[in-house]
Amino acid sequence: MFGLMVVLSKNPIHSVLYLVLTFFAIAGHYVLLNAQFLAAVHIIVYAGAIMVLFLFVIMLLNLNKDTEPHKNIWLKLSAAVAAGLMLVVLVGSLKNAEMAAATNAFNPNVGLIENLGKTLFAEFLLPFEVASLLLLGAMVGAVLLGKKSIK
Amino acid sequence: MERVRERLNMSAIQIIPINWYILLSAVLFTIGVLGVLFRRNAIIIFMSVELMLNAVNLLLVAFSTYLSDSAGQVFVFFIMAVAAAEVAVGLAILMSVYRNTMSTDINILSKLKG
Repeated sequence: MFGLMVVLSKNPIHSVLYLVLTFFAIAGHYVLLNAQFLAAVHIIVYAGAIMVLFLFVIMLLNLNKDTEPHKNIWLKLSAAVAAGLMLVVLVGSLKNAEMAAATNAFNPNVGLIENLGKTLFAEFLLPFEVASLLLLGAMVGAVLLGKKSIK
Repeated sequence: MERVRERLNMSAIQIIPINWYILLSAVLFTIGVLGVLFRRNAIIIFMSVELMLNAVNLLLVAFSTYLSDSAGQVFVFFIMAVAAAEVAVGLAILMSVYRNTMSTDINILSKLKG
């Protein structure tokens, strides 16, 4: 997977580009899973907006060189061991999990906009409104933090 | 034509067992955790957090298709909105930290201790 390259590449810009590749791979999985609308939104939001934001910050801060100081080798080793142990635990616990059989009949139209919109505006109306407030708060906060100095 | 139509009405979830998607999500999540533990550059740590969020999103979509329930995909929308907000605020904080310390190394932030 490209995800490993995100973590391992020294140059932050290469990391961002590998992350974009990972996101495209995930969008491909969404298409395979009949979630076409979600795949389109995923590409627009992640590859289009969030990654551009990352690249913009990296260029703005002039970080496009591997200035990262060397970490202690034991620290790196322990990080790798901890992550590996977590993977072992996750795989070991999920390998023998009994999957509930699909109760609903398979419906290929679940990922289409019509069904998603019906669910979003019928069952999840309040969380939708709260999400709009959250985005407004995040926007105000980002502008406030980005200002040179707060009087 | 009929065969094409039949193929379009299929999904990967009917061919690939859901366990493989669980495995893929677990691996992606572990890579994200590894990134958070392994790197000291704050921007790369943010990207690793994005990887973990995407692992969870992938699992939600897989189960949503598996159970033919659109609630899972609506959850993914909310996670995307929260992730966008988090990245915007996080990068703004990072900018102000960089302005004060001229570095994005997270170890410098230990100076925040009183």
